[in-house]
Formats: sequence, C-alpha cells, structure tokens
Amino acid sequence: MGAAALGLALSGCGGATVESGSTGSGGGSAEDCGTVNMAVNPWVGFEADVAVVKYVAEKELGCTVTTKDLTEEVSWQGFASGEIDVIMEDWGHPDLEKQYVDEQKVATKVGETGNVGQIGWFVPPWMAEKYPDITDYKNLNKYADLFKTSESGGKGQVLDGDPSYVTNDEALVKNLDLDYKVVYAGSEAALITAFRQAEEKKTPLLGYFYTPQWFLSEVPLVKVNLPEYSEGCDADPEKVDCDYPETPLIKFARTEFMESGSPAAKLVKNFSWTNDDQNVVAKYIAEDKMDDEDAAKKWVDANQAKVDAWIK
Amino acid sequence: MLTASRAAIAKPGRGRILAAVLVVFVVLAAVFRGQNTLSLVPSDTTALHRWFNDVNHWVTTNRNDSPLFLYFFNEIRAFVDGLTTLIQNLIAQPSYGRPVPVIGWLGVVSIITLLAVAFANLRVALLVIAGFGFIGLQGLWEESMDTLALTLSAVLLALLIGIPLGIWAGLSDRVNSVVTPVLDFLQTMPTFVYLSPFALLFLIGPASATLVTLVYALPPAVRYTAHGIRSVPRASVEASESLGANGFQRLTGVLLPMSTRTIVLGLNQTIMAALSMATVASLIDAPGLGKTILKALQTLDVGTSFNAGLAIVVMAIVLDRLTTAASQRSRSHRPSKLRLPLLGVAGILTLFAIYLSRTFIWAAEFPDTVGTTDINIGNDIARISGNFAEWFTTQASDVTGWMKDTTSLLLIDPLQTLLVESPWWLVAALLLAIAYLLGNLKVTVLTAFCVAGLVFSGLWQDSMTTLAATLIATAATMLIGIVVGVWMARSRRADMVIRPVLDALQVMPPFVYLVPFLALFAASRFTAILAAVLYAAPVVIKVVADGIAGVSATTVEAATASGSSSAQIIWKVQIPMARQALVLAANQGICYVLAMIVVGGLVGAGALGYDVVAGFSQGELFGKGLTAGFAIVILGIMLNRITQAAAERRRTA
Repeated sequence: MGAAALGLALSGCGGATVESGSTGSGGGSAEDCGTVNMAVNPWVGFEADVAVVKYVAEKELGCTVTTKDLTEEVSWQGFASGEIDVIMEDWGHPDLEKQYVDEQKVATKVGETGNVGQIGWFVPPWMAEKYPDITDYKNLNKYADLFKTSESGGKGQVLDGDPSYVTNDEALVKNLDLDYKVVYAGSEAALITAFRQAEEKKTPLLGYFYTPQWFLSEVPLVKVNLPEYSEGCDADPEKVDCDYPETPLIKFARTEFMESGSPAAKLVKNFSWTNDDQNVVAKYIAEDKMDDEDAAKKWVDANQAKVDAWIK
Repeated sequence: MLTASRAAIAKPGRGRILAAVLVVFVVLAAVFRGQNTLSLVPSDTTALHRWFNDVNHWVTTNRNDSPLFLYFFNEIRAFVDGLTTLIQNLIAQPSYGRPVPVIGWLGVVSIITLLAVAFANLRVALLVIAGFGFIGLQGLWEESMDTLALTLSAVLLALLIGIPLGIWAGLSDRVNSVVTPVLDFLQTMPTFVYLSPFALLFLIGPASATLVTLVYALPPAVRYTAHGIRSVPRASVEASESLGANGFQRLTGVLLPMSTRTIVLGLNQTIMAALSMATVASLIDAPGLGKTILKALQTLDVGTSFNAGLAIVVMAIVLDRLTTAASQRSRSHRPSKLRLPLLGVAGILTLFAIYLSRTFIWAAEFPDTVGTTDINIGNDIARISGNFAEWFTTQASDVTGWMKDTTSLLLIDPLQTLLVESPWWLVAALLLAIAYLLGNLKVTVLTAFCVAGLVFSGLWQDSMTTLAATLIATAATMLIGIVVGVWMARSRRADMVIRPVLDALQVMPPFVYLVPFLALFAASRFTAILAAVLYAAPVVIKVVADGIAGVSATTVEAATASGSSSAQIIWKVQIPMARQALVLAANQGICYVLAMIVVGGLVGAGALGYDVVAGFSQGELFGKGLTAGFAIVILGIMLNRITQAAAERRRTA
C-alpha cells in the first residue's frame, strides 16, 4: 500500500486542488428559486416528465432540483412531511386526494399534464395479424386455449401488472363471462418482459397495458376492444363490464410550495405536453439509454417554443 | 424439514400413524374439495385490514402534534439520521461547503487497507486495494460509498445492540426463550412489510433506510452470538468453574474466546444482510447502489443493474475476507518484531493519503480517465453482461419454460390444490396432527394459535398458497444445503471455490436477477420459488458446512479407523453430530425463503407476497398488506417451531 500511495502522491503533485477546482453541483445561482423536491414514481413516463421539468428549472430558472425515487403512496406522504414538493403524473388516487388535499390541505391539485392515460387489454402485434378477430372481446373465449399457462389453472390467462395500477380485470372476466383467469405479474418490468418475449417468439399473450408508454414504440401492442366505456359504467367495482375510461393525468404539488411564489411553481403549473412528447423523451431514456439530463436537453432543444410558453 | 422426516422414520410406530394421517387427509380433501376455503378476492379487504388503514391515516395526520412522535419517533429519527449523514459526509457526499466529501477515495482505500494490515494480513490488504479500485473503475465510487455509509451505520448499531443481547441470550435460557421468537419475527417479517410502516413513522430518507437495514441485520448478530456461547462444550466451562473463575472471568476467559468463530460468522452475516437490505431500502429513498439498480430495473437494463450489483458483491467479499482473516488472526497471533514499525509507517502513509484526498481532486473523486485514456470499465461490464443475459435467455427459454411447466404440474399444483382447495378446518387438523406427532403438546398448542391467527387475518387462502411454495422452496434449499455443505466441509478446495460464489449470491440484490429470470421462466410461481432458493441456499450451505466442520476430528478419525466408508461417516457420524447446526440451517432457510416470498409477488407468485407489495403501493390496501406480512411471520414461526420440536424430540428419544 505504501508504494502505491507514494507513487500516486508523486504523480499527483501539481494536480487541481479542491479549492481551485469546481466539481459537483455545489454553489450555483439558486438564490431566487431555491430547492425543489420532485418525486419520481416507478415508470419511465413519469421520469420523462421530471427530467424535462428539472432541466428547464435548473437551466432556465436557476433552481436546484432534488429527485426522489418513490412509489405513489410514499410520495404523497412526502407532501405532509415537506419532503416532496411536486408529483408530476397522478393516475387517480381519490383516497389520497381526500386525505392530503381535502382534509390536511397540505397538497393542491395543479392541473392536467396534457397527457391522457388509457388502460386496456392488449395482444402482441403478431397475434392481431394472425387472428384479426381477436381484437373483439366477444371472440376471446374462442381463443382461450391459446392463452393457457402453468399459472392459469386450465383457463386462458390475462396477465396483470404492478399492484399499484388501477384494474377492474377480475370483475371484467366475471361480468363478461370470459373463460379466463387474471394472473398478477407483479411489476411493469414483468409485463414488458412478457410482451417483448411474446412478440419475439410469436407466443400468445393477453395482458393489461396502458398508454402513454415508451415500450409501445418498440412493440406496438394492439388493443382488444372491450364493451365501450360510458359514463358511470365503472361506478360499482363489482359490476364493471366496460372498457377503461380515458384518464387525464394530473399534477399535484405541496400547497406551501405553490404559494411560495417560486418560479419553479409557475413552471410546474404551466407545464403541459402531449402523449407523443412524453413517449419521445421516455424512449430516449429507456431504449436509447440516455441520461435523464441528455434526454431532456435533446427534447427541449427541439421544442423551445413549448418550453418558452411554460416560463413566460 | 429433513430432520422432521428423519424423526418420523426413526420411530416406526409414529411414522405409520403419520402416514395414516396423510392418507386420511388426502381422501377427505378429495371429498370436501372446494368447501370452506375462506377465499378472498385480491381487491377485497376485511374489517381488520381497514382498521390498519385507519391507524395509517391517524399517523400521517398527527405526526407533528402527538407527543409519541415529538419525544420518541422523531428523536430516534434525528439520532440515526445524524449518524448516517455524518458517515455520508465523511466518505460519500460533498459536505461542509466543500465540493467533495471529507475523505476522498484515496483516503478511504488507505484507511481500510490500514485496517487490513493491522487486523488481518497483507493478502487481505491487497484484496482491499484491488476490490475498491475495481469499484472505482466501474464508475460507481460515490454510489458505493453511500451504500457503505448506510451499511456501516446499520452494522454499527446492530453490533452495539446485538452482541450484548446475544451474550445474555447465550447465558440465560429464559432470555433466550424470549429473544428467539422476537428474532424469528424480525427475520421472517418480509422487508417490504416494514418498509411502509417505517416510512410512515420515520419518513423517507437515510434515517428510515438505516433503521430498516438495522432491523434486518440485527437477528444474525444476536443469534450467532447466542449460538456460539451455547455451543461451548460443558467440559470447558466446568473446568474453568472448578478453577474458581467467576461469571465475568468465565465469559471473557472461556465462553467468548471459544465462540469467536461463530460470533464472527454472525458478524459476516450481519454485514451481508445489511448490504443486501441496503438495496431494498432504496424503495424508501435510501441513497446508493440500490437506486441505480432499481432505476435499471424500470428500463429492464440488466447490464447496468448487474454492474451495480457487482459493486455490492465486491464490497461484500472484501469486508467478509477482512473480518474472517481478523478472527483467524486473533486466534493464532504470533507477534513479529517488524509488526509495530510496519504499522507505524503504514499509519503515516495513510494520514498522508487522507491529506491528499482532502486537497487534490484526483485523489478525492475517482478519475474517469488517466491522461487521455478512458479507464471506466463500468459501461463495458454493463454492455457485455446485458448482451450475455439477452443471448442466454433467448437460447434457454424453451428448456426453462418446459422445466417450469413440468415442475408446476407435478409438484406445485398438487400441493397447492391440497392446501388451498381443502376446507380450512381439514388443513388445520392436519397441521395440528403433524405438530403433535413430530413435536409435542406445547408445539401443538402454538400451532393452534398460529392457525387461528391465519384464519383471523382473512388471508387463509393466500397463506396456504404461500405455504405450498415455502415448503417446496425450503425442501429444495435444505437438499442443496446438505449436499453442498457436506462437500465443502470435507474438501478444502471445494470450500475455497464455492465460498466466494455463496458470498456473491448472498449479497447480489435479488432485483438484479429478476429480469433474466422473468425472461427464462415467465411471471410464475416457479420463478418465485427459484429466486427464494437462490436467496436462502447460501446461508443454509454455510451453516451446514460450519456445523460439519465443527464435528470433532477425533470422532471422525475413530470412525475411519474402525473401517467406516466416507458415506457411512457422513450419514452415521458427521450429520447426526452436526444436528444442532442442521436445525439452525433449517430455521434460517425457512426465514430466508419467507423473506424472499414477497419479492416473488413481483414476479407472478401472487398470494401473500402480492398482497404485501400491493399494500406498499396502494393506500386502500395498506392494512391488507400489513396483515399479509403478519401472516408470513405466523407461517414462519409455525414452521420453525414444528421443525425444532421434531429435532428436539429425536435428540431426547
């Protein structure tokens, strides 16, 4: 060890010193804006939202943005404890909204992100091509045998995803008299792996999925049409017999933060983009394996007009 | 499990009764199939679950007003947060207005190398330099130091609490009988289950992360210390007593020195547990490598998560060798004349290295390049391992798919059907009968309470599904554990080759192999069982190997001299004499399998694991998830007690 340390010491004489060098993100001109704590929930679309807002806040407004990787439930707790200022993409949590917005009044609904979420049942593209009528739910029973797995107990399998996702699938199977069993994959990663493999190996798969989602630009899954959604058809969770509604995604923020007059609060309020925008950034991150910052920069450089509208 | 069936075989009468009970059970199960199965749809909750939800609600509303928080939880949080942040500031994070940590990479490497020189040997010192240098080259220095800081603070607290408690439990039967169930509880309680209450009580961030890691790392520290103290031969203790040693002298002169080996094994386990938990803790915003891994999992980037997992493995191997060599040295120390001067020089050099790492950037932040050459190998590791995983899964997935289907059809489905689709009272009767026949009345009463708890939880059916998976996984783990453990104990070379692999498996975060496993075996119960076996086997193998190696050499020699073959020595001498180690192994095996069952919920195993994961991510299911966690603990306690009682019965028979 001695020799090694000495050798390094000699070679390092005259190197940049800590005082003279400027490494890391210490300092910076964050006087007017301060620090913003943003939650990052576990899906790439959310990460894309945060990447872009963080980039704009830091580069154009001089804020310091701290991101925290958390699940939805825990992020909301952050509003109460002051550890989270912003949740960029909420798919609907009426219970949490009631607790933190209505009762404790620590959180505020900031508005829509411009993204519209759509949940549904999907099959890999090769299946839709080979069995064109499979996209109608009425024909699903005909194909139930195809979807049998070791987990589905002799019936066809509907693969569901992460436990935190909104789902009516068990009720749908029952109320539409489908000869299927809902099997829970347990995570987004499991769902995507299953769909990717199904397309590559041309094996049958029917599963829960959603847009906007970067994976759809890799494998364009085909939606199976369930009975059309109408207002209130999903009111009773036991009796749901229709497709999922389109959900405008919502931004939430800590009340105090929104009232602080921080330019970042204004940015969060004004932020709005389309599903395509989000998918592009998500693809940069997930498929092209770009840094969040690089991905955001690439999109911002190409969409300066949109960004200007957020911070005007 | 194995000891249980051996006990049954040893007593033909009892064995026959047990067989009869099983036959009756299977027949009745066929008759009453599908009745009184206590099923509950995944999205449904019971009153108990909703009561937990209310508690959750109360806490979030009263956190800043209730004295319970102001004077208790918040204080603990402040203390632990202070400790962790202090270590982070020292080695990991820019701090005190400086753009770099107090001690840069060169300083950290020097300090640990100095420790290795002082307490272990030069070979370990070289390993330290190589290991930490490798982590730096992976481009993961800062993340690794965050993980190390978290691990250090958790292990520090674990030892501070664990060793005294372990000694106490080792000396007093009464304390031991109080502590053991608590440890079972802590160790079986799946990490996911207490993540969310801990985040609730201590908020997210480093403090909660250290505390959950502490909870997970504490049991081995206590258990192994107690086990070590208890395993000291009566004769040695009596000898010291007859020489007039008092309690304290007996402890420091005989008990502690003679159990050092086991206590250090416990320290190893504590470090390993802390390192593996440090990744899971990233779910509540723990800093470090875990974050890198979780992020990579979201984008299915196997390569990047492998690179980060590898850094954890390297760190674990270095720390493991350091502690092991230190313990061996403490036993056979031969002070050399050169030692003190050598240490002095090394100490001065270390101080100089710390000074450099405080002053120059090249010594503070691990460089990416030397001159103009890129020396970061992390991206290459990520790319190559990612490509390999993809190639392998594509090649093998047909075979593995068949494996999954066959095992599910022949093994998992029948057992699950028996347990899940039979009336609950029939399964309960079976469990009680087994507890009574293999164990004793006391265990039967305890089993009755456990069964009642499971019924009361409202999650009977999910519990039975999980029980089926647990039984299969534990049986497989014990089988592997005994085969490999005996092999390692009998062959030094095997031990040398296998041990590092075990270390790697033990600390490689399960999240890393989740994605390739999904590609190989799809989202299924089989995937979960396999992950659990991989996770539990290393501990079981190590404990078995340690127990077999601990069988006195003279006994083995005597058996060899009397003409026993190797197989006879293994079956007739070594395994029976290592029975206590085998029971400990089974005990640990069950705990680890159950701890992993939750992760199984992420890969399609459903049941209790899924309930727990769902409870963590969905407010309405918080109470149900917590209840599912308790159900897992109940299963663990029940299985452990029945196994232990069976072993006990055989010993006294």
